[in-house]
Amino acid sequence: MTGALISAFRRDVLQAWRRRADWLTTFFFFVIVVSLFPLGVGPEPAMLKTMAPGILWVAALLAAMLSLPRVYGTDYQDGTLEQLVLAPEPLPMLVLAKTVAHWLLSGLPLALMAPVLGLQFGLDGEPLAVLFWSLLLGTPCLSFIGGVGAALTLGVRGGGVLVALLVLPLYIPVLIFGAGAVEAVATGTGAAGHLSLLGACLCLSAVLSPWATAAALRVALE
Amino acid sequence: MPAASAPADRAGPMLEAIDLACMRGDALLFRQLSFAVEAGEVLWIEGANGTGKTSLLRILAGLSPPERGEVRWRGQGLSRGRDALRADVLYLGHLNALKDDLTVVENLRFHAAIAGYPADAGAIDEAVSAVGLESRRDLPVRVLSQGQRRRAALARLWVAQSRPFWILDEPFAALDVTSVDRLSDRLAAHVGAGGIAVLTTHQEVALPAGRTRRLRLDAP
Repeated sequence: MTGALISAFRRDVLQAWRRRADWLTTFFFFVIVVSLFPLGVGPEPAMLKTMAPGILWVAALLAAMLSLPRVYGTDYQDGTLEQLVLAPEPLPMLVLAKTVAHWLLSGLPLALMAPVLGLQFGLDGEPLAVLFWSLLLGTPCLSFIGGVGAALTLGVRGGGVLVALLVLPLYIPVLIFGAGAVEAVATGTGAAGHLSLLGACLCLSAVLSPWATAAALRVALE
Repeated sequence: MPAASAPADRAGPMLEAIDLACMRGDALLFRQLSFAVEAGEVLWIEGANGTGKTSLLRILAGLSPPERGEVRWRGQGLSRGRDALRADVLYLGHLNALKDDLTVVENLRFHAAIAGYPADAGAIDEAVSAVGLESRRDLPVRVLSQGQRRRAALARLWVAQSRPFWILDEPFAALDVTSVDRLSDRLAAHVGAGGIAVLTTHQEVALPAGRTRRLRLDAP
């Protein structure tokens, strides 16, 4: 059983490695959007510091969303999806493997890059560390929740815009707890509560979303 | 050619379709369609474009549910016996299911691992030679021609020796004469070993004589 899951994961990672440009664009989109804000709102240190968590988190949401159409889109077009649905492995498990691959390629780089970008906003020490941890817990939620939206919009014309309308509202809790964690530590109340809630979001989405995604994929193929 | 496992655990046809009906949008494609396929038989589905050949294949594979009626694999309805079918079926749709950026060999290896049939390096090499792609084995699929891609997809028929039930949608399309002959031979060996195959084609090809049953779909 695990052999099939590892293969599904490795195929996506290998494919993405051969098409690095696709994933690098998402990553640089994040870097550029975040870097635009200090230029736009002016170099007022106190203001930048208070805005930083929100900006970094909203940019992460948008970057995660940009990468969503690729998760199942190419599989749908080239027929790989039919083969996944027909595999003896339960489809939700294969979806889980693909989602982990998606997070590794699109979410993890954002979490790793965020502390560096945070320096631009004058964040330091503990807020930077909490920013990293909040994104490390939050970006997998984005991949899990986004996968449902990506599967629902398969084969729909203008699916790219539709996926944004579907998925962005569902990202709101993750945004609130993620950005809230950094603000909380900056104001001295401690981030443990927010991070725990993010962890809860992650558990919930990891357990539920593969089933919802699998159901949506089956409907898309009928 | 090693034998496809010939399941004789139960008397009666391996594949049965009972009173199938299929709608596409508002159009009725076929209804009251019943047939049975025994071990060692090929079912050739004929019919003009748009008469529901591909839809029928997708119903048999369990990809889409029929409007009414039932498909039985080894005597079990698909709604309950889906796991049994998935361990036995090899579906080759009109899409090749190949990843453009992976090589022919990588594609075959991932397919085998995900679909869960054994495939060591030797078996894959053999399959690649069988479809005449030895010189292209390590090239990304993106640089292959249409016919070569189809052959790469068809190589799965040589790798998946343990799958008794083939569903092939236009397997002969885009193939050159040599490849058509190779595929016919492989098909004959497959049914000779007790496997079954359901396929569609518009070409006049040599299907195993005496083992081929024809099913004509007509516009209602």
